[in-house]
Amino acid sequence: MRRLVTDTLVIAERNLVRLPRAPELLVAFTVQPIMFVLLFRYVFGGAIKTPGYSYADFLIPGIIVQNIAFGGFVTALGLNEDLHKGLIDRFRSLPMARAAVLAGRTLADVVTNGLSATILVITGLIIGFSFHTGVLHAIGGGALLLLFGYAFSWVFAFLGMLVSTAEAANSVGFIAVFPLTFISSAFVPVKSMPSVLRAFAEVNPFTITVDAMRSLWLGAPAGNNVWGAVVWALAIIVVFAPLAVARYRRAAGQ
Amino acid sequence: MVARLSRMPRDPSTTTDGRPALRPQENGSREAAVSASGLVKSYGSVKALVGVDLEVAHGTVMGLLGPNGAGKTTIVRILTTLLKPDAGTARVAGLDVVADAAVLRERIGLAGQYAAVDENLTGLENLTMVGRLYGETRAEAKRRGHELLERFDLLDAAGRATKTYSGGMRRRLDLAAALVANPPILFLDEPTTGLDPRSRLQLWETIEGLVADGTTVLLTTQYLDEADRLATEISVIDHGRVIADGTPDELKDRVGGERLEIRLDEASRAEAAAQALASMADDAPSIDADLVSVGVNRRGGAIVEAVRRLDEAGIGVEDIALRRPTLDDVFLALTGHAAEVDGEDDRAAA
Repeated sequence: MRRLVTDTLVIAERNLVRLPRAPELLVAFTVQPIMFVLLFRYVFGGAIKTPGYSYADFLIPGIIVQNIAFGGFVTALGLNEDLHKGLIDRFRSLPMARAAVLAGRTLADVVTNGLSATILVITGLIIGFSFHTGVLHAIGGGALLLLFGYAFSWVFAFLGMLVSTAEAANSVGFIAVFPLTFISSAFVPVKSMPSVLRAFAEVNPFTITVDAMRSLWLGAPAGNNVWGAVVWALAIIVVFAPLAVARYRRAAGQ
Repeated sequence: MVARLSRMPRDPSTTTDGRPALRPQENGSREAAVSASGLVKSYGSVKALVGVDLEVAHGTVMGLLGPNGAGKTTIVRILTTLLKPDAGTARVAGLDVVADAAVLRERIGLAGQYAAVDENLTGLENLTMVGRLYGETRAEAKRRGHELLERFDLLDAAGRATKTYSGGMRRRLDLAAALVANPPILFLDEPTTGLDPRSRLQLWETIEGLVADGTTVLLTTQYLDEADRLATEISVIDHGRVIADGTPDELKDRVGGERLEIRLDEASRAEAAAQALASMADDAPSIDADLVSVGVNRRGGAIVEAVRRLDEAGIGVEDIALRRPTLDDVFLALTGHAAEVDGEDDRAAA
């Protein structure tokens, strides 16, 4: 067990150390989310009615959830690359804990997700977002975010090993996750959508998680959304972590 | 999980400068360093191995020679615990590759045909990471990393991301990573594929140094000169089985040994030349226009003797050469096709 922990930390460190040296990744974590915040706040924001809240307040919890779901992209691309460049072979020939390769990878995502969420919150504060609740709720929201992001890291880990190239991982991930994040309450109130989309948006885990964030950070009525979001995140982990591990064993054992 | 201390790869036979001391036999046992029997592996309907037997003695170099798709990489992947055989057994360092896989990984090093290093980490970070995954502390791993970088002439590039390294440098770093824990047995899958001649020679010298220090090496190659230079024993692999094995010289002897080839000034004297040489030849001299060829396997002074005899008979010689059969000849004789030498992955067939 101790071995698993130390090996996981070594792999996580490896994935973090490389970040500053891959400028395109760093841009993806910093510049891109800021750009989206500015676009939505100043280009679309004026046209979107969000009763009870300013659009800045409405937007930040939504865009942060979308952003964190995509944090796992790095895992998809990285695992795909590791498989094809022989690094997984190297790891598997070492007397290390086998689970550490995936655990370390997804753990590194938690750190980068925390980093990009912090950048988004700061950007939000500058453009007019503010916390309407206490410190504990704000921290609770942060924890929920990281849990949700962690769950999606496992989805992306699975996708990354399922497809043959990094490019394919990129487009499959994008096609699978991008619409999910938009057909939700992240950017517009679901009430404004046509009935079919709205029915989907209301049960979409993104909507539930975004609503949970709004209740934790803005004091919006929560319903069961906070627990609903936690259950969704755990359910995604329970389904996708074993799938990713099984896929890893298959992909690596050939 | 086993306690950390017992997993430490500290080798008591390591000398102070970190190089492994001679270790002719592990624990005094007489078991071979690597032995495999009846290895079978299929990928779906593709039969990669159809029954492979191997035996590698301690301190020797076994060369697995074969064309692309012959099954060489599959053999290495089974012996290094990356792949389970469908049938058959293999033992490495006295340990079963399936049942004792976890312990075995502490005793072997693997360097692949892809230089398996993280491009975004520096040379030192790569080696430190591998050391820590062997259970070393950060400080120990760093010290060992430094040592290896120095030994592999990479110290100047220690702090550079490896994506800036040349092909030869990456290959050396990959090999260094395989040596982090001082493994007594080293597996090298096509160690020089794709390298320029100079880097290739450098890597050969490094491998020879390791062998001189007592490391047992199993390497795969599709380069005949590489097997000839490095290997103590060669197993020729084709279509998933061993079709011949022996020392490089033994294999060459199988296709007829050395021949003396004499080109005459005048083709009309060929018969006379054949007569003059007949008593020193292993077989009846063969004649092809102005070229006379006789078998003179392992005979010192054959050239001098032939020149003297022809001179006495007054036969003019334009050129004379002793031709040793190459492994190319062996290959052609054994498989009926020439070895392919394009740097392709033989896993592609999987």
